[in-house]
Amino acid sequence: MKITSLLPLAFSIVAISGVVTAGEDSTLTIEGEVFVTKTAAPAHLENVDEIFSGWTFRRDETQALQMDDFDNPSFVFIDQALDQFEMVEGSVGKACSSCHDSGDGFLGLRASMPRVNSAGDLETIPELINNCRTERMGAEKWKWSGGQMSAMLGLIGLQSRGMPVDVVIDGKAASFWQKGKDLYYQRVGQLDMACSSCHEDNYGNMIRADHLSQGQINGFPTYRLKNAKLNTIHGRFKGCMKNIRATPFKEGSEEFKALELYVASRANGLSVETPSVRN
Amino acid sequence: MAKGVKPRVKVPKTAAAGETITIKTLISHKMETGRRKDGDGNVIPRSIINRFTCAFNGKNVVDVNMEPAISVNPYFQFDATVPEAGDFVFTWYDDDGSVYEKKKSIKIA
Repeated sequence: MKITSLLPLAFSIVAISGVVTAGEDSTLTIEGEVFVTKTAAPAHLENVDEIFSGWTFRRDETQALQMDDFDNPSFVFIDQALDQFEMVEGSVGKACSSCHDSGDGFLGLRASMPRVNSAGDLETIPELINNCRTERMGAEKWKWSGGQMSAMLGLIGLQSRGMPVDVVIDGKAASFWQKGKDLYYQRVGQLDMACSSCHEDNYGNMIRADHLSQGQINGFPTYRLKNAKLNTIHGRFKGCMKNIRATPFKEGSEEFKALELYVASRANGLSVETPSVRN
Repeated sequence: MAKGVKPRVKVPKTAAAGETITIKTLISHKMETGRRKDGDGNVIPRSIINRFTCAFNGKNVVDVNMEPAISVNPYFQFDATVPEAGDFVFTWYDDDGSVYEKKKSIKIA
């Protein structure tokens, strides 16, 4: 390494920046914007009084990564999604940007998904993307948790960053929501555990070396240090089910979509943190 | 030229004269080893970044030689003192001959 000091300079390659402080009781701010990471639980939650973003359970250095968009590794993938947004694909000769000239149209979408559409089906953002691709662009579907899909989910979710999660759980959504709630409390697998066993009864405790969070999904897709890529909600559900030695449902299945609606509703009131950083 | 290469740099827009600022740089880069083959069995040519430099108003600030074990998306953070307004120019040199450049201006407040 050569260093020529023509300028008076202090030079060091360091990974730790002393400027950002983080901790269990600290506030999440990104680019001056303050995020709600703990608030009173929504009315439908019976066993929890206060809800916490997964960010509050992470260690200081992981928290700090999310507090600066440059340090947040998710933005490498967001950059790729921006290129993808402009890329013409499929038989119709269109790109995403042919119809959506900017990301502004997606403002608030991430905060309100999943939702029930006019046909009475529960729909999620990956399905909206794939519908666009197959019907309007004549292109091939993306895999549910593929690299392109999770990057695009990150880009779309970023438009709603900072907005409170607000999914509708009554009316047409009620039956889906109830199904999701039943799944949440259903014990499954060899270890005979339900989602609630960890994320409701034991959040804040350690399970071996892992610090259990409340399992909130307000930050998804999330960059995980463990696999160095963006992770989707259904991908994470799958991982959880494997951990309790259960046979996971398929990504994009009716079960996971209903569970996504229920788990999303548990975070009603927290800020959307997409794209977040977790371990 | 390798695909999907995107340099990213974070430099404050303004600084006081003589202030020490922190500069963060990251380049998205695959770092092809030259040993992988594509779907048709052809070798994908080697493409690894071997040098990174930063210059301020034409004067060298830092010059880094990177060896082939460098990770994908290499990240550098360093401090520099800014005596006057001007431009930081960041340059990455690739084994395949490509040069990626990014320029950031800084004002004195």
